[in-house]
Amino acid sequence: MSIIEKGQVMTANRLRDGDVVFLTRSGAWDLAIDNAVLALEPQAAAALELRAKADEKATLVTGAYLFDATRVDGKIKASHIRERIRTLGPSVRTDLGKQAEGTAGAFAPVDA
Amino acid sequence: MYRYDEFDHSFVQQRTNQFRDQANRRLSGELTEEEFRPLRLMNGLYLQLHAYMLRVAIPYGTLSSKQMRRLAYIADKWDRGYGHFTTRQNIQYNWIKLEDTADILEALAEVEMHGIQTSGNCIRNVTTDHWAGAAADEIADPRPIGELLRQWSSLHPEFSFLPRKFKIAVTGAPNDRAAVKVHDIGLRLHKNAKGENGWEVMVGGGQGRTPMIAVTVRDFLPEIELIPYIEAIMRVYNLYGRRDNKYKARIKILVHELGAEKFRSEVEAEYARHPAQTTEVDARELARISKYFALPALEKQSRFAPHFEDAKFKNKDFARWAKNNLAAHAVDGYTIVNISLKPEGGIPGDATGEQMRVMADLSERYSHDELRVSHAQNIVLPHVKLEDAFAIWEQLVKANLAAANYGLLGDIIACPGLDYCALATARAIPVSQAISRKFADMDTQEKYGPLKINISGCINACGHHHVGHIGILGLDKKGEEYFQITLGGSSGDKASIGSILGPGFAAEEVPDAIEKILNTYVKLRQPGEEFLAAYRRVGPQPFKDALYAAA
Repeated sequence: MSIIEKGQVMTANRLRDGDVVFLTRSGAWDLAIDNAVLALEPQAAAALELRAKADEKATLVTGAYLFDATRVDGKIKASHIRERIRTLGPSVRTDLGKQAEGTAGAFAPVDA
Repeated sequence: MYRYDEFDHSFVQQRTNQFRDQANRRLSGELTEEEFRPLRLMNGLYLQLHAYMLRVAIPYGTLSSKQMRRLAYIADKWDRGYGHFTTRQNIQYNWIKLEDTADILEALAEVEMHGIQTSGNCIRNVTTDHWAGAAADEIADPRPIGELLRQWSSLHPEFSFLPRKFKIAVTGAPNDRAAVKVHDIGLRLHKNAKGENGWEVMVGGGQGRTPMIAVTVRDFLPEIELIPYIEAIMRVYNLYGRRDNKYKARIKILVHELGAEKFRSEVEAEYARHPAQTTEVDARELARISKYFALPALEKQSRFAPHFEDAKFKNKDFARWAKNNLAAHAVDGYTIVNISLKPEGGIPGDATGEQMRVMADLSERYSHDELRVSHAQNIVLPHVKLEDAFAIWEQLVKANLAAANYGLLGDIIACPGLDYCALATARAIPVSQAISRKFADMDTQEKYGPLKINISGCINACGHHHVGHIGILGLDKKGEEYFQITLGGSSGDKASIGSILGPGFAAEEVPDAIEKILNTYVKLRQPGEEFLAAYRRVGPQPFKDALYAAA
């Protein structure tokens, strides 16, 4: 049985180039969702929001928000297809984006 | 050839410099995102799913080879080697960095291009018939009027903060290829018995979440009155258009809520209040603008093109492409070449930098240096000698640009959808690709005849699904994509909004559903009857029966 944890991930676009990034435990923004911190409780999510607001102010990122996700066998799966596509790149151009640059999430837009 | 004015030149340059400063202030933190957002949008820069997206205006879809080469250069240097031609006759780049954008705008300004009026609640850049100035059925080239409207509306202070965006489309031909009845204002040229030009003015059409067909407020507006009359429409809209609810802010809602008669009388009353007509169309100015769009000097050709006929006889693939992708030109011995950006399994409207250069070279050599972008996401070479068609086709084949499906099933319109777009609720492109692959066989496509399949990845309808003969709308049901099918839409002369057939389908079910619909059509059609005509004759029931018959 795999362990499934439910929580929230903080994401944004990096200001200077628009790249999709996720907030990590150390407070850095990382290109790969699997390096993100999964907030399991509301207090943890609130802390991520504070951090993201500060980093928006510091012009690191823009458009930050939380989305629902689960952790399955150590890999983070966004609940919604939109976020899964953001962790990969366009499904119609698998030669581009995170999926081509070694920073892809582990879950396809639609389960095979 | 279209050019912009000295005035435009200086203001685009100013705008580029301003943007550089604004972007730098944003990057340094001097501007917040809230402050910066409207500024970047005014220059066509959006934030999408994977990166920034830059939308570049292509007025009337008209491009020179030099401009097309510049678009290719931008794709290669600052994007990922391709661009996406849109249903607004523009181009979008999907992988733009904010820190590069000022340089890109600079590169565009050097060839008289920009992203102004591609976003925001202003009068957007005007669209026209992509065969303007070339089509055999045309009364007059609509682009001078489009340009007149553009010059009047660019940065117009009164109309820069409208309740919502505002789109104007103009056609100079009786066969509407500009979808004028699904724009905020549509203009259609007529000639009266005296041979004078007058414009039918249609208002309140649109797609999006509330699709509507425009109502005609004037049947024959003398050309000289065009600007003051449209001004009156804009003022009525600016005054009464709703600003409390984004989804009810377009002029179509106002026209619908007031009723066509009341709206018309409001416009006429407003128009009568300004008898001075300080903005009446100046004949000299119109003549000056018209010169930008003068038909190139086309050498007189024989109506019979022996080399062309011979090539068709010898090469079946060329003959098929010639039959489907060439259109009648106003001048004997010439043709309009429609380059389909819809190869089998391809992404509608996408072209690589290399393909753009091939098309630029072809236009320079064979089409008087002119290209057009169509709202169906294809490229047009408007002025080609029939005798050159084979040589062009041979080049297109090498560049994977020779799909012979123009106007057929494979010529699908699709928005970027959830693969790129932050607003999308479902992916449009994969559905388009699956349909394209399933019906790849050209004999099959020709069997089904002229057909418009339009796919949108959300209710905003950038993929024009409401006016597709077969429309497909991608929606989100609890995080899963599903697709609604509509039938009977058309953006042509008898414009109509498609009707939803029934419950939606999963993505993988859509191609089979399309096949059932088409086979139903083949069974019931009368000799020579096209899909849309057959649907209008029999209505939705036979198609519903075929799709939803109890298993």
